[in-house]
Amino acid sequence: MSDDGRTASSSTDLARRRLLQGGVAGAGLLTLTPGVVLWRAAAARPADEPASALQRWGLLIDSRRCPDDCQLCVDACREENGWHGHGRPSTDAQWIRKVHVRDLEQGTRRSLPVMCQHCANPPCVDVCPTGASFRRVDGIVLVDKHICIGCRYCMMACPYKARSFIHETVTGQKTHAPRGKGTVESCTLCVHRVDRGIEPACVEACQRAGHEVMVFGDLADPESRISRRLRELGASAIRADLGTRPGVLYQGL
Amino acid sequence: MNLLPGTLAIALTLLALGAGAAEPGVPLPRIAAAPAGQCVEDTEFMRRNHMTLLRHQRDLTVHEGVRTKRHSLANCIDCHVGTEQANAASGEPHFCDSCHAYAAVRPDCFECHARFAEPGAPLKSSAR
Repeated sequence: MSDDGRTASSSTDLARRRLLQGGVAGAGLLTLTPGVVLWRAAAARPADEPASALQRWGLLIDSRRCPDDCQLCVDACREENGWHGHGRPSTDAQWIRKVHVRDLEQGTRRSLPVMCQHCANPPCVDVCPTGASFRRVDGIVLVDKHICIGCRYCMMACPYKARSFIHETVTGQKTHAPRGKGTVESCTLCVHRVDRGIEPACVEACQRAGHEVMVFGDLADPESRISRRLRELGASAIRADLGTRPGVLYQGL
Repeated sequence: MNLLPGTLAIALTLLALGAGAAEPGVPLPRIAAAPAGQCVEDTEFMRRNHMTLLRHQRDLTVHEGVRTKRHSLANCIDCHVGTEQANAASGEPHFCDSCHAYAAVRPDCFECHARFAEPGAPLKSSAR
């Protein structure tokens, strides 16, 4: 029954996407590499314009469709942002991870990616003593590493275990993802891509593989794909009881 | 009078100094050659104020998401340093280092930021 609803919604999505792509090609703007999808090309913000509080970026993750052994989103994030482990799981960088859960009573198994939940009421920002942890007006929670002193208070405060600390000297960083020893880091929702009107790397990888687990979009826009899907099928936040009001929402949990 | 030998001595000293000016007594930094064309601001202005521009841009970018290229560190690197391979091939020192080493300042930009431009980064072409 929910499958029917989903089919209907994905067909309208397809139609919408074709329309958008047609419009983009017509405007002569489609110069991106294959697989890099412009969503709502018309809404791509000019570089000199600051982020707007009229938007609230969010992710919708359908845990029912997420394959148990798939790590594509994690790999894509690692590749995009240039972080990697040193074989020390307890201290390694971890912007996004796959979590496996099982309902003890029903026996339901789920596998889902967990990253910074980009809360509307972020505990990391509350506790940061320097103001390095902050929430951008469009809802993206970031660390200003120029200000971060590496106290790791935010790591303790985060109920989602989303942040990690860089213990090692880093070389060969990506231009768009600066990271260095002694600072805390976490998922940036690929802010460098979002600012250019491109979806986060994890979402792109997931869609390219045809899994359709993740939807990225503007929660404040009632006509966005993510908002329409939320209206249709609903979703829940992890630990909604904490009142953090995440921008990352899950279905099937 | 004994004024003449004095004047002569001064003139000789000045001559010697003049000859020495071809090889300055104070070593100057070996600044990596800048590419042809105009920098984003005048050279004199940039020498004194690049750090202020960068600091301003950094706050705008991190906190507000303004991603203009003009005063960004990435733009400095793209133009003055290039990729690691290109920099090594040129035989020039790293542009930023060449002056910072001379002035004995140690900014920590490159503790976190990439020292070299990325070869063929897919997003760079769409950067504005």
